[in-house]
Amino acid sequence: MDYILEAVMQAFRLLSSGDAETFSAVWATICVSTMSVVLTLLVGVPLGFFLGYADFPGKRPVRTLVDTLLSIPTVLIGLLVYALLTRRGPLGGLGLLFTLPGIAIGQTILGLPIVVAMTATGVEALDKRLNPTLLTLGAGPRQILMTTLWETRFSLGLAAMAAYGRIVSEVGISMMVGGNIKWHTRTITTAIALETGKGEFALGIALGLILMLLAFAVNLATVGLRKRVKR
Amino acid sequence: MPRFVQIAIVCLLVVGSTVAPAKGQPVIMATTTSTDNTGLLDVLAPAFKKDTGIELRWVAVGTGKALKMGENCDVDVLFVHAPDAETAFLVKGFGLDRRPVMTNDFVIIGPAADPAGAKGRLAGRALKAIAQAGAVFVSRGDLSGTHQKELSLWRMADMAVPDKAPWYVQTGQGMIKTILVAEERGGYALTDRGTYIKYAAARRAGSHVLKVLVEGDPNMLNHYSVIAVNPRRCPSVNHQAAVRFADWVTSAAVQELIGSFKLLGKPLFVPAAR
Repeated sequence: MDYILEAVMQAFRLLSSGDAETFSAVWATICVSTMSVVLTLLVGVPLGFFLGYADFPGKRPVRTLVDTLLSIPTVLIGLLVYALLTRRGPLGGLGLLFTLPGIAIGQTILGLPIVVAMTATGVEALDKRLNPTLLTLGAGPRQILMTTLWETRFSLGLAAMAAYGRIVSEVGISMMVGGNIKWHTRTITTAIALETGKGEFALGIALGLILMLLAFAVNLATVGLRKRVKR
Repeated sequence: MPRFVQIAIVCLLVVGSTVAPAKGQPVIMATTTSTDNTGLLDVLAPAFKKDTGIELRWVAVGTGKALKMGENCDVDVLFVHAPDAETAFLVKGFGLDRRPVMTNDFVIIGPAADPAGAKGRLAGRALKAIAQAGAVFVSRGDLSGTHQKELSLWRMADMAVPDKAPWYVQTGQGMIKTILVAEERGGYALTDRGTYIKYAAARRAGSHVLKVLVEGDPNMLNHYSVIAVNPRRCPSVNHQAAVRFADWVTSAAVQELIGSFKLLGKPLFVPAAR
């Protein structure tokens, strides 16, 4: 039990003393998760819109596939992306192994099914009369896309938060693709894994608390965003 | 949302500037968890940077995975401790110029009551005694350097690895977690001394704390070597920096630094460069 009390104190010590190693891991985490979330949304929202809006043969199986991919294990993604990025792999020439953008590729694959599935569901759940109404009002394809997405903004926000939550908390991809290199690709989660491996349990819990603080700050920011959107 | 995009752009710029070679490419090394967890690399890396201007970056994994990373050309140099696997690695042409750097030793730990009577025996006989008593033995089971040493000790004891025996527990996890499993189960384990020192210091006193029962057997020496990844097979590796590191870590001054390294006040590594 004394681990936990010690950990809370240690978390505050690390933050207040400006511990360089901790802040390096915090910065790497913010950096890589932001890259991943932006990439995930850029790719996932159009795909999800298409999947929810369009009718095409084989739509059901594709939905089922996307829903299945929701449970893809992070270690598997880590292994696959490692196989792609290793210098002897097909994308080895890019030199992305052991870098933050390399981790971001894996985390984007992790976040995509969430954003695609939730965007598609959001679009499907819209009032069926929205589309004919837009058409009779003479909206072009671009306007239809933008208006429909605007109407689904709350599901989009939820999708982004869910994807962010999965991305910021994963350890398999960051460990395998990033390599947990000190000062470079050590994120909070890989640092927790390392400290646990060293038997520094209190430090591991302290880092976990710092990750929760970070997630809390991001959620607060989105609450603010939501208030502004609602008005 | 634009705030997120701004952060992403700043990140890309920062990452871009670190990826771009800033005077002397860093050397990337795959190494075992023991060199990292003991803090030795935190002492060596800044000294290497000071002497040569080259930045040392490392990925700490089990020796099996480290060798795989060398085979896949993902790293420039290896710092590992599994002589048999290393020889196979060299024979296949994956690496060049293996040089011994240092040794430390493995110990067999177990409950102070020592139900199998392993204390003071040679390593192979101790394992045999544990097997005969059916006492719990906790193994790494992950092909790490420590696990490979354990496998060789079973061979030395003329015994098959008791893979399915009910008293043989394979964790597939790191050393400290494996020791903690052994403690919970009141069992025996093979560990490197460095991890044991950290474990014992963190656990303070108590009857449940595992004790060193077998040590000093020459077969329990743990040999660390440095190997450069073969640049003819892997043209993209930073071979020059890898050789610089191998030369540096086996030089007299650095050997002395390794010998004087202390973990929680106890010396840990014996220099071994020839």
